[in-house]
Amino acid sequence: MSHEHDMLNRASLDHCVKCTICETQCPVARVTPLFPGPKFVGPQAERFRHGESVDHSLDYCSSCGICTTVCPQGVKIAELNSQARAVMKADNMPIRDRLITQTMLEGMIMSPLAPVANAALGMKPVRYAIEKVVGVHRDAPMPTAHTQTLTKWLKKHKAPASPRTRGPIVFFHGCAGGYFEVETSIKTIEVLEHIGFEVLVPNQGCCGLAMQSNGLFEQARKQVLKLCADLRSAGRDLTIVSSSGSCAGMLKHEAHEILGVDDPSLIDVGVRMREMSEFLMELADAGELPTDFREIDVTIPYHQPCQVKAQGIGMPAVHLMELIPGVKVVESGQPCCGIAGTYGLKKEKYAIAQAVGKPLFDMVKATNPKLAACDTETCRWQIHTSTGAKVVHPIAVVHAAYGLSDDLLV
Amino acid sequence: MKTLSVDVVVIGGGATGAGVVRDVAMRGYSAVLVDKGDLAQGTTGRYHGLLHSGGRYVVSDARSATECAEENVIVTKIHADAVEETGGLFVVGPDDDPEFSDRWAIGAAATGVPFEEISVGAALQREPRLNPRIRRAFSVNDGSVDGWQMVWGAANSAKRHGAQILTYHRVTDIFTANDQVTGVQCIDEKTGEQVRIDAGFVLNCGGPWAGKIAGMAGMGDVEVVPGRGIMVAMNHRLVNSVVNRCIPPHDGDIIVPVHTVCIIGTTDIKADDPDKLPIPREEVQQMLDAGEVLVPGFRDARAVHAWSGARPLFKDTRVQATDTRHMSRGMSLLDHGERDGLKGFISIIGGKLTTYRLMAEHVVDAMCEQLGDDRPCTTADEVVPGSESGKTYVVTHRLEAREKDRLDEQILCECELLTRKMFVDLFHDQPSANFDDLRRQLRLGMGPCQGGFCAPRATALALETGIVDAERATALLRRFLTNRWIGLWSIVYGDQARQTALDSWIFEGLLDIEHLPATAPEEVVL
Repeated sequence: MSHEHDMLNRASLDHCVKCTICETQCPVARVTPLFPGPKFVGPQAERFRHGESVDHSLDYCSSCGICTTVCPQGVKIAELNSQARAVMKADNMPIRDRLITQTMLEGMIMSPLAPVANAALGMKPVRYAIEKVVGVHRDAPMPTAHTQTLTKWLKKHKAPASPRTRGPIVFFHGCAGGYFEVETSIKTIEVLEHIGFEVLVPNQGCCGLAMQSNGLFEQARKQVLKLCADLRSAGRDLTIVSSSGSCAGMLKHEAHEILGVDDPSLIDVGVRMREMSEFLMELADAGELPTDFREIDVTIPYHQPCQVKAQGIGMPAVHLMELIPGVKVVESGQPCCGIAGTYGLKKEKYAIAQAVGKPLFDMVKATNPKLAACDTETCRWQIHTSTGAKVVHPIAVVHAAYGLSDDLLV
Repeated sequence: MKTLSVDVVVIGGGATGAGVVRDVAMRGYSAVLVDKGDLAQGTTGRYHGLLHSGGRYVVSDARSATECAEENVIVTKIHADAVEETGGLFVVGPDDDPEFSDRWAIGAAATGVPFEEISVGAALQREPRLNPRIRRAFSVNDGSVDGWQMVWGAANSAKRHGAQILTYHRVTDIFTANDQVTGVQCIDEKTGEQVRIDAGFVLNCGGPWAGKIAGMAGMGDVEVVPGRGIMVAMNHRLVNSVVNRCIPPHDGDIIVPVHTVCIIGTTDIKADDPDKLPIPREEVQQMLDAGEVLVPGFRDARAVHAWSGARPLFKDTRVQATDTRHMSRGMSLLDHGERDGLKGFISIIGGKLTTYRLMAEHVVDAMCEQLGDDRPCTTADEVVPGSESGKTYVVTHRLEAREKDRLDEQILCECELLTRKMFVDLFHDQPSANFDDLRRQLRLGMGPCQGGFCAPRATALALETGIVDAERATALLRRFLTNRWIGLWSIVYGDQARQTALDSWIFEGLLDIEHLPATAPEEVVL
């Protein structure tokens, strides 16, 4: 890591005035005393750190980043914590944390075996064995593998015959969007094409977010730089959109702020990156988004994931969905669903993650137990597993409103 | 009036006095140490925390260099719990004369100060914030030492050997009869009680106050020049090794990592009164500028506290008294029997914290010689209570301790990770202590909030113990905050200004501290 960068985050601890706002907003600290809280493990503990890692309780941090988002003084609390965790795990990395961060590998292996994998993951003894051997909790949400990967779909896909009035745009799908949440990727591409873009989907790897949040910084740096090269290969100066909210955040700011990557390719990709709802609302604000939506009479509980909150873009998904006649969006008002990437999968964190997400689950069940919206994959899996609701990316609502699909309310 | 009778009275509870009373007690004399305030409240607690490798003196004072190198090893052994083995660097800054560093290396070799020249790249790898434009770097065995902890260790060792330690006992008179000291008169500042101590020997270890003390025994011509120096503590450790500028002694030529902070020092200006030491803002600015030379961006970092200390230097007529840096840093031992015809009275002035034990040995040797006793010094061989494990301090200690007890113990001072229990236990042991006395032992209120959050908690806990009532508790709080403010006003800029504004709102806006009923305000002690 670049020392200057490390020092810059560390220096931000100087801004802490002990106001404790971060502690009041931390979704983990409010449900378990095992986590000493963001102020404690961040700006306070950092003053005591040198060499040996002595405060392993920092690993109860879910890396949701809410603390940094709410800090009125500009302390990079979550970043300090992530860096301290990387030091801690340098000598003490559980094999599980290496395995579950291999998101692309998981997709590549599971997709061809999708029926088998899904059946196996649906069987209690199999999950029990996985918990014992790997440390992934038996009840934790698991993605459903699809035999249809995005790559396969793209091979057969033909853009609409209508003229491409808006020129090319690059689509960044992320690992989940490539293997597990192919449908969200397809709908994103179809919406972009519907409104006149030529969608370019270069071959692309993983952004390294899961590795980063598990403290595997070196591997994460390699991944993110390779991804930047992949995305840039599609063309210079093109806007890049993503319907994978957390992966977009990784490229926008986290790889720079947490991993300390200063490479010009990352800066270039970062400034071109738009979260999908953010992008469509930019068009809407400029009067360039077609609003020939059909009416959908539905109330949708919406939860903005931590890593989308951290992008500082407001809540474009709420405004976007409410452009659709009949759609009423109720924002969750909750900081986190608990899953925080891979946190809620781990057997020792599962109960905490469930407690973190409980107010959100209750809110979803009370607002609309059948349908909810959320911008990132793992959060959708978490909310779905814990509420039974169908949880879609906001783009699915837009897709339906443009008349491109009829399965939203099914 | 209380009366005590001992062989030896030691006046002054700084490093010198504590070292002397320990040595006296270990040689089998009955002894009592008295100080007008708390242990290590004067010069000893007001320096930058450096445990010298000797490197600072290799050019200017070869004997001091060798003594420091030897005593560094001894102090690290006998006071392990107070010493952090940080290591140190001597670096040649971008605009510093490289010729001095050649002389420095020759001097270090000649004086036996261990050193190794390392590449600039290696120095930067070790200390990434260091100025990348430095031209040369030497690695030395500098360390940092908590002066309070060290003095308490020496005092506790002395107690174990039978000595009494009487803090807040101000000497008001020294008695003599037939050219022989017979005892001292004190007042217990906490209770107002008069205390008379009969003794055949008085050792004056009063530091910058030593001239005044000697005056009580009729020695009007012991002139001690306090050399005032300021120190600024930065909010976190910008360096983890001691960083010295490899130039002749200069203002702001050193940054020392001590506990959670790093301290830059110092200036050197003749002061009139060691009880009134200002912290001028222009000197703070001078320190910040000096910090920039060693660590670029130093000015942007947060300062948490500033203070002034007084070097006690016996006036030497060979140099101008206004330039105290060039006066001897070696100690001046005045045997008033030889000098003035008064037996049983020795004054010791000057010296360095690193060599405090050796100074004490010289003083007690001189006393034994006068008394005709042959009792060898053993202070270098026995570790003080608390250092038995031999493990030196590391900055992670408290974080590690809180990791273990975090589910059971409340934290009182978040910045310095001090628990409720640590505070309450010490207050029960020292019920007449004020919060500054407890602070020096516990680091209460020494972090970034400077008492903003912990001081009200400490006040509530003090009340809860039943040791003090509400009015007294409020007075303790006010005095603590007033004393913190002395070290704050000159550094209120940037982040610390925001903290101070928040703290002020808490105390004045929320607690209305100015108007709470309290006992008579206690004297503000620097």
